[in-house]
Amino acid sequence: MILKQISVFVENRYGAIRDITKILADAGINIRALSVADTTDFGVVRMIVDKRKPALKALRENGMTVKETDVIALVSDDRPGSLYKALCLLAENEILVEYSYGFVSPMGDDAIIILKCDDMQKALSCLTESGFKLLTAEDVKF
Amino acid sequence: MSYHMYNIEAETMPREELIKLQSERLCAMVKRIYEKVPFYKEKFDELGLKPEDIRSIDDIAKLPFTNKQDLRDNYPFGLFAVPMDEVVRIHASSGTTGKQTVVGYTRNDLALWGEVMARTLGAGGVTSSDIGHISYGYGLFTGGMGGNLGSETVGCATIPASTGNTRRQVTILQDFKPTFILMTPSYALTIAEYLEQNGIPAETLSLKCGFFGAEPWTEEMRGEIQQRLGIKAYDIYGLSEVIGPGVAYECECQNGLHVNEDHFYIEIIDPETLQPVPDGTEGEIVFTCMTKEALPLLRYRTHDIGMRMQGACSCGRTFVRLAKPSGRTDDMLIIRGVNVFPSQIESVLMNMEGIAPFFQMIVEREGNLDKLTVLVELTEEAFTDEVRKLESITKCVTENIHSVLGISAKVKLVEPRSIERFEGKAKRVIDKRKQISF
Repeated sequence: MILKQISVFVENRYGAIRDITKILADAGINIRALSVADTTDFGVVRMIVDKRKPALKALRENGMTVKETDVIALVSDDRPGSLYKALCLLAENEILVEYSYGFVSPMGDDAIIILKCDDMQKALSCLTESGFKLLTAEDVKF
Repeated sequence: MSYHMYNIEAETMPREELIKLQSERLCAMVKRIYEKVPFYKEKFDELGLKPEDIRSIDDIAKLPFTNKQDLRDNYPFGLFAVPMDEVVRIHASSGTTGKQTVVGYTRNDLALWGEVMARTLGAGGVTSSDIGHISYGYGLFTGGMGGNLGSETVGCATIPASTGNTRRQVTILQDFKPTFILMTPSYALTIAEYLEQNGIPAETLSLKCGFFGAEPWTEEMRGEIQQRLGIKAYDIYGLSEVIGPGVAYECECQNGLHVNEDHFYIEIIDPETLQPVPDGTEGEIVFTCMTKEALPLLRYRTHDIGMRMQGACSCGRTFVRLAKPSGRTDDMLIIRGVNVFPSQIESVLMNMEGIAPFFQMIVEREGNLDKLTVLVELTEEAFTDEVRKLESITKCVTENIHSVLGISAKVKLVEPRSIERFEGKAKRVIDKRKQISF
């Protein structure tokens, strides 16, 4: 239940993220979650979209530098302390979280936490064995 | 191995014979320009020099230098040694600073140009059964027409493709099946990139070798071109004031460029003292065109930096070898008091993974301090979601540049294919300091 995230390389310049959203808008693609990692000179835009393959095609055709990355989309109750439990589990199993970002699911009261860990397979089995719910590519197509 | 030669008699002439020939030719030239070119007569008279004072090639140091400015001052035809009636061709080099430099050729000069370019192509194994694709610009620039002349002199089917329209260039490469190409080394990489992007394996083309010049390039870039295009890449050297391409050429040993010494006499001088430097030492390249009729220049200062190599080449040619010109005195940037050549940055980048061989240097002045920024293109394959890995590429380039140049540069990673591609000479330096100094 690994989810594919789209990562795009952007230089630090005016309108860089706007350009990406324009390409996706024109292609009729919905961005479900978005996060931007920045350094002084460049950034990496990370996104979960509803239609991944058409999104990749549109971005590449417009000259964007794109890569797919495996992430986990953890479904967590939208209340205090629920993310803590999941992160305890990862820490106890010596799994590093490289980055994370979240959004509130429009489907219900859940929060969705995107996690990128150093050992994705291990993270995946720990979380599923302990009964955490993870989103699939199908789930983000709503 | 046996080496290919277009004119074995000239190219392997014993040194003593060559020196004798050079002496005869220099004496005749001096006499001719003293009589025909008022500019030189004046210079000789100022120095109290008579043509008879020049008895052999050893006397060359007594003669005055010619500078680019002298050509500009005598624009357009003031230094021609023949009446216009005998001139059959005019070329000019782009004048980015001031007037164009105009050069002329008689019928014999064109034959000479064809000969030295034929030697150049022949040294790479080109024969009359080959097909030549010339992608230098045709026009006032000498590259296109010079390459064309050499290719036709050898007897090759010659394609005057000229520059531009990479897609059409590749179609010609695929359909006309040329076996050798002439273009700038930076354009060769653009072609390689186009082939890769469009899934055209270089092996499907018929190219065996290429002759690259008009801008200084590094050994690393040679490796890159050879590997990506699957050809032997030869360096060629020339400048319009001397004749155009064909002044010096590489043989199959790819170890230095043989100077066509029977026509062009080479000296290497210290640009400060103007004294000759010993073989094996870098300095400014100076040429004397001993046999040219229309524009025979005496001790022309090229502002190119090179070195006469010591010892004989294993190919059997007796012509002295010029080490691959490493830059131009006027390409040289002085950044925080340190001499910097774009070719140094190129050699750093060529040795690194994850970045494309396209770059741009931006020099600015902040306060009283020069600031060098190097824009470096990330490759598609090297892009990763992990910011740490991208930052380590930047850090690695920064460290390598620092260790080669001795000064620190700010390295900025830019998107793949975002640095401008050049069809002719690449413009790698943007010096913003010039615009603010008065």
